[in-house]
Amino acid sequence: MNITQILFWLLTVMAIGSALMVIVSKNPVYSVLFLIATFFAISGHYILLNAQFLAIVNLIVYAGAIMVLFLFVIMLMNLNTETEPQKNKWLKFAGTIAGGCLLLVLVAALRDADTRTSTALVKEGDIGLIQNLGKTLFNEYVIPFEISSVLFLSAMVGAVVLGKKE
Amino acid sequence: MFDLAFIIEKAVLIGGIITVSLLIAMYSTWAERKVAGFMQDRLGPNRAGWGGLLQPLADGLKLFMKEEIIPNASNKTLFILGPALAMLTAMMTSAVIPWGGKIEVFGRTVDLQIADINIGILYIFGVVSMGVYGIMIGGWASNNKFSLLAALRGASQMISYELAMGLAIIALLMITGSLSLKTIVEQQSTGWWNFFLQPVGFLIFMVCAFAECNRTPFDLPEAENELNFGYHQEYSSMKLGFYLFAEYINMFISSALMATLYFGGYDIPFVNDANLGANIGINALAAIQGITLFLKVAFFIFFFMWVRWTIPRFRYDQLMNLGWKVLIPLALLNMLVTGAVILWLGH
Amino acid sequence: MQALTNRNKAVDRKPMTLWEKMYIPSIMKGMSITLSHFFKKKPTISYPEEKRPFSPVFRGLHILNRDEEGRERCTACGLCAVACPAEAITMEAAERKPGEENLYREEKYAARYEINMLRCIFCGLCEEACPKDAVYLSETFTPANFTRETFIYKKQDLLIPDPKTEPEQYQKALGSRAKKN
Repeated sequence: MNITQILFWLLTVMAIGSALMVIVSKNPVYSVLFLIATFFAISGHYILLNAQFLAIVNLIVYAGAIMVLFLFVIMLMNLNTETEPQKNKWLKFAGTIAGGCLLLVLVAALRDADTRTSTALVKEGDIGLIQNLGKTLFNEYVIPFEISSVLFLSAMVGAVVLGKKE
Repeated sequence: MFDLAFIIEKAVLIGGIITVSLLIAMYSTWAERKVAGFMQDRLGPNRAGWGGLLQPLADGLKLFMKEEIIPNASNKTLFILGPALAMLTAMMTSAVIPWGGKIEVFGRTVDLQIADINIGILYIFGVVSMGVYGIMIGGWASNNKFSLLAALRGASQMISYELAMGLAIIALLMITGSLSLKTIVEQQSTGWWNFFLQPVGFLIFMVCAFAECNRTPFDLPEAENELNFGYHQEYSSMKLGFYLFAEYINMFISSALMATLYFGGYDIPFVNDANLGANIGINALAAIQGITLFLKVAFFIFFFMWVRWTIPRFRYDQLMNLGWKVLIPLALLNMLVTGAVILWLGH
Repeated sequence: MQALTNRNKAVDRKPMTLWEKMYIPSIMKGMSITLSHFFKKKPTISYPEEKRPFSPVFRGLHILNRDEEGRERCTACGLCAVACPAEAITMEAAERKPGEENLYREEKYAARYEINMLRCIFCGLCEEACPKDAVYLSETFTPANFTRETFIYKKQDLLIPDPKTEPEQYQKALGSRAKKN
């Protein structure tokens, strides 16, 4: 086993372990922190795939910005067990079914997907490098890219409108 | 499977840089008190050692000897994790800063930089955005409403100013065309320093650096003489010391970053580095370059302190107004003008 | 009303110009002021090494004086206690026995002599009342302490060192204010 493989397995265990802990933890703050750990592990995978730009942007955007907002909200909530509303038994049942359906769809989709030919190359692929990524984004995918930026703009306008309303 | 010499080289480099950062942070506390004293017509600490030079050691000893209090109602794991994270993120940034050119030891050419990655600036942004967690976790885990509010204050301040900082950097990146700090320094040592090409960008970056380090005039997270002490209110002993120390390390790192990005890094001003290196040898050149960088860093650290003891603290709404309504539009405008000029010159 | 000085300035409530709104010039001005203070001479006096001179009329801790042969001057007449506006002084007289002539100058002496430093207002009236130049106020402060009892100074606390056996300490305690007789 070479060092890349050792790192791969380490990161995989870390990613799956902390992803499980996100669900298992009783304290929502712990859940968020484990989610951040998961993002770190996934960034580690990106680095192994020689996609440093993706790795660091994943950290900046998800772990650095979005998760902070999550943490904001959760920290301001009252987390006492007494104030927690009693969950309906039927609600749990419905949740299980909905989750199971999602899993089914995902498994079905992945089973048919042709993964073998598009597997990213460890250490040798260079699509994740910032130059290639930029060229691809601004040549082949320039219209979807710009449309998504318009989407962001409209989301920002919407946020401002909501914020202005009494 | 492992390149042993490579590992030893990097380990020595990491150890050296961590030691130097800690030492500089330590003496920044001394310098801060000296500068404060001198600007207020006092002498500052002058009892422990010559000119008070042993004062940081005495302070450290005091912090270690103090009683360690962990509040009963706090979340103990996170309470300890908070200062550890603050310290970790403060130390991690120094990995991508080039501290000098190359040196030759035992026949090996060694770069005075831990990692020359091609996304250096983004890496720094990533680590800085992680720095928010140290504050937030510490403030929340203390289980004190004042700590929590201070943590929220600090986190929202850091997030707000990160945006303007990033936009200021984008304008710089348009000129350099590279995210690697090493390349940026090399470009500056042959051409102009980026400060002369990006004065507005530098101003925005500097103001944001002040806000990111929680330094006056933006030290709202720990406005010790107006509000309660801040997110580290419940901390005592060396855990408090870690938080305060992390602030000084951050100050050192952002000074180094300002010097690297805008003031030529280790480039010796008015001298052609390559010619000098040919005359006096590569190791001597690296030493002079390192000293040059540290002089620049020392100036910026002094500047941080100079501003702290001159400008009064902002009110929170003023802070947010400055960040969102002044700095971000200014940074966008700067970006636009830079892009236009580059296009115009390119044709 | 006519202005007495020309220093008064009307409050300026004009909206700020763009130049002023940038704040950078005023920040520069402030920074130059702090920097000029950086290089100014510091008025600090490092206390234990340097001391500020007392003024010639300073009235500090009391001292019971001796004459040049080392005999106590106090004759326990009680005039200082009478003169004291704060009633801080109390004493008990005793008669000098034969053979004690080298200890006390007069036939009567103070067996007990106490000054309560918490009551004393350091006005110096005792010094003026004393016919024998036995009590005077020196150039030292009353040191701080933890208990009230320690502020009632006994005779052994107040007496000046013997000029014959400890001449240096005597000179030091004498200071410049004792009447040279």
